[in-house]
Amino acid sequence: MTQPERSASVAGEARVVALVSSGRHPVSGRAGRAREDARAVEMGLALAGASLHLAHAGDAEDAALPEYLGMFHGLEGAGGPGELSLLPMAAGDDAVPLLASWLEAYGANLVLTGQRAECGEGSGLLPYLLAERLGWAVATGVAAIEHYAGDRVTVLQALPQGQRRRLEVRLPCLLCVDGVAPMPRQSAFGPSRRGRVEAVANITAEPDTLQAAWQWQPARARPKRLKVVKSTNARDRFKAAAAKSAASGGQVLTDLTPDEAAQKLIDYLRAEKVLPAVQPGDEGQSSA
Amino acid sequence: MLQTLLPILIFAALAVGAAGAVRRIRLWRQGRRTPMRWHRLVLMPKRYLNDLHHVVARDKAIAHTHVATAGGFVAAMALALVVHGFGWRNPILGGLLLAASLCMFIGALAVNRRRIDPPAKLSKGPWQRLSKSLLAYSVGMFLVSLPLVGVAPTVLGGGVLALILLALVAWGLAEMLIGMGWGGPMKHAFAGTFHLAFHRRPERFDDQHRDVAHDVHRGSRSTALFPLDLTAKTLGVEKPADFQWEQLLGFDACVQCGRCQNVCPAYAAGQPLNPKKLIQDMVVGMAGGSDARYAGSGYPGIEVGKHHGGPSDAIVPQLVEAQTLWACTTCRACVEECPMMIEHVDAIVDMRRFITLERGETPEKGAAAIDNLIATDNPGGLDNASRLDWAADLDIPRIQQRPEGVDVLLWLGDGAFDMRNQRTLRALVKILHAAEVDFAVLGDEERDSGDVARRLGDEATFQRLAERNIATLSRYRFQRIVTADPHSFHVLGREYGAFGGNYVVKHHSTFIAELFDAGRLSVKAAEPGETVTYHDPCYLGRYNGEFAAPRQVLAALGVEVAEMERSGYRSRCCGGGGGAALSDVPGKARIPDMRMEDVRETGATTVAVACPQCTAMLEGVVEPRPQVKDLAELVASALVEPAAAPTARNSSEAPEEVPA
Ligand code: SF4
Ligand code: SF4
Repeated sequence: MTQPERSASVAGEARVVALVSSGRHPVSGRAGRAREDARAVEMGLALAGASLHLAHAGDAEDAALPEYLGMFHGLEGAGGPGELSLLPMAAGDDAVPLLASWLEAYGANLVLTGQRAECGEGSGLLPYLLAERLGWAVATGVAAIEHYAGDRVTVLQALPQGQRRRLEVRLPCLLCVDGVAPMPRQSAFGPSRRGRVEAVANITAEPDTLQAAWQWQPARARPKRLKVVKSTNARDRFKAAAAKSAASGGQVLTDLTPDEAAQKLIDYLRAEKVLPAVQPGDEGQSSA
Repeated sequence: MLQTLLPILIFAALAVGAAGAVRRIRLWRQGRRTPMRWHRLVLMPKRYLNDLHHVVARDKAIAHTHVATAGGFVAAMALALVVHGFGWRNPILGGLLLAASLCMFIGALAVNRRRIDPPAKLSKGPWQRLSKSLLAYSVGMFLVSLPLVGVAPTVLGGGVLALILLALVAWGLAEMLIGMGWGGPMKHAFAGTFHLAFHRRPERFDDQHRDVAHDVHRGSRSTALFPLDLTAKTLGVEKPADFQWEQLLGFDACVQCGRCQNVCPAYAAGQPLNPKKLIQDMVVGMAGGSDARYAGSGYPGIEVGKHHGGPSDAIVPQLVEAQTLWACTTCRACVEECPMMIEHVDAIVDMRRFITLERGETPEKGAAAIDNLIATDNPGGLDNASRLDWAADLDIPRIQQRPEGVDVLLWLGDGAFDMRNQRTLRALVKILHAAEVDFAVLGDEERDSGDVARRLGDEATFQRLAERNIATLSRYRFQRIVTADPHSFHVLGREYGAFGGNYVVKHHSTFIAELFDAGRLSVKAAEPGETVTYHDPCYLGRYNGEFAAPRQVLAALGVEVAEMERSGYRSRCCGGGGGAALSDVPGKARIPDMRMEDVRETGATTVAVACPQCTAMLEGVVEPRPQVKDLAELVASALVEPAAAPTARNSSEAPEEVPA
């Protein structure tokens, strides 16, 4: 694990926050740390030490919260107990406005979180919606923070097959931490017991009306597409089996206006039949 | 001249020694206080003469040497106080004093002979000096007392000879009395006296047992770890002052005899652990200073003299490296062997508790196992519902379908997820069916017992598992629990009691032996010519004193048993206990390889085991090697099926007959 460089003055006034969600163990389904969120906390602790602040929108009794607080050990300096701000809300409420207004009030300028939750909607959209609302930059697939100083942060973004891309992101920003980021440290019972969960008062969660209107159905496991490689050569077969499906036939589009880029995406989704075919009146409406 | 100087010498030495002793007591009392039980002091003499001697006498020569030297010294000191100190120069007392000094002298000679070329387990330095000091004291005391019985009075009246004699006596007194109080080797007698009286595990001594004629294995009388108060300010031991004061006192009683070092499997494997050095490091930490003055063998691979500590300084890593603590298999061989009844394993687990619960620095695989235990109730992170997958074709009743209760609750343990151990469990089920035992299993309601979590220092996870298991068990009715896993056996039987779970728990070897005794099993005669040896699992033998039942089972099978040199209470650990297989501290050799070497020396073709962990460790030794078979497998393959057995059962058991 490489320690990110940071200039002391900035680290002093930086308000680094990790947003944590309730994870679900893949086998037992028990609540615990979410794998990506735990990595986000790890990254935050490596960056900001004990001054990292945690936030969670949801249930105060969630078993995952003490597990995150249990990561506040082995830190430089005094290493006081971890602190977590709890924004109380029910499962059907919308977390975005709560988190956005709290982050602004708190004065956060670097927010770390996982890419998607392990339960509930789990759409992975929350960071984007938050960034949109706050007018911040957002970077996904973050594998490491390399440099953090002044008004910007340099991160490494994970791409398929172990590739990395260096990005320089303007602060304040939201970084979505990838599963390839350094392993989270052990959650220890002592610090988890000392960690403080403080419910933020004077906020009212609003029901997620969009979500309420949705129609729910159980997910079906989709069969994987098999790629049959006909080769007499074991090495080729192995490479084919081991390779992540490298996007074939894609194109890299640069120098587009946001509207053009959105249109390209919509066209692609239509071609893939993810979005319904063109209907008059739909044009230009969606520019997310 | 002698008559004026001797009393001065004696009382001065006593006074200086006493001042040191007060200081020493203060050092012990830095530890966490417990209510003082002064009345226990009266138990000390018997504990010394009976319990301690029982351990020392495992080495007859040393026991005799110690009896002569220590007995001679105590008598000579007491008499010298009367005769020379208070000046009651009675010829009878003088004669007795001469006899005592002579006795001590003979003992001291034996000590010195051993010290000419001392075995590696012994410490040198001050301990080497002590052997000379013993001679000085006994010779000096003998000669200055000769005039009392009228021998050579004129020669010793004055002059150079008298001065030399006085010097000898002074040297002896300095070592024996001043050294005792000020941390010299004789400290062991002073600290040991109080340690025996205030031992943290009084159950280890005969005086706590009415029925002492009943010869239970002493070492196994008190082996459950002490529960940790999870609401305490800091959890576990960070610095020497965090130990309970009786523990500090115990460390100070160490005589550096190195018996623990000699039996420690981790030390033998070249892992950085030496129980003797560990105890000495605790003394260094308690008194403050560096380990540079330690004159014995160190931790393999770690230089002596580079570590330092103080009563309020963190132990890890300044005084002891974490690797040292993680190398321990908690086999208790050191505790078993220690003549001073020091509790190494308690100390190690206390320090591990701090590392795990406060620092979150459990070795990686151990931490993963703990995370899995929290999330899935088993260390492998597997679906707990698959706990019975191996028994899909066996007719195993679930306790949930038996509300009226069963005789035996079969506790599977985490071996149920391990393909090798599943063979053992299938064999055990076959035996239970054959003996028509009324049994059932908990199925997916069974959780890990918490053994590994607890030994890795995660008392929180252990207590959670214990409470849940106890709650589950309280819902069902059964007479007793039978398990093939000595770790579950120990934890359920001896450690759940502190949390309100009291059960009759039997290891499968005990249970099978009982089935044989009751004539409920019939087996065919063993093939002649095959020799078997038996490996005692630590958690069955040393922890719980069950050495006989497995041997009874083997006898019932009619096989010839060739015992290993280290068997019974001296059995050598397989290397798999206490989470050591998870922390996997590197060394020069592997513990299971060494154990397999012990097996080979007997010429046995099969080593009988009685623990899933031992099976896994010993089977991990590369072939060719003797085959590893659980007792249950040996019994199951020798079973003669009674003709009257229900057909349904027979058919369901048919496929498992093939030994793998
Ligand atoms: S318990 Fe066993 S491994 Fe641990 S120090 Fe004692 S002898 Fe060595
Ligand atoms: S701890 Fe016990 S066995 Fe080990 S050296 Fe000290 S007295 Fe001897």
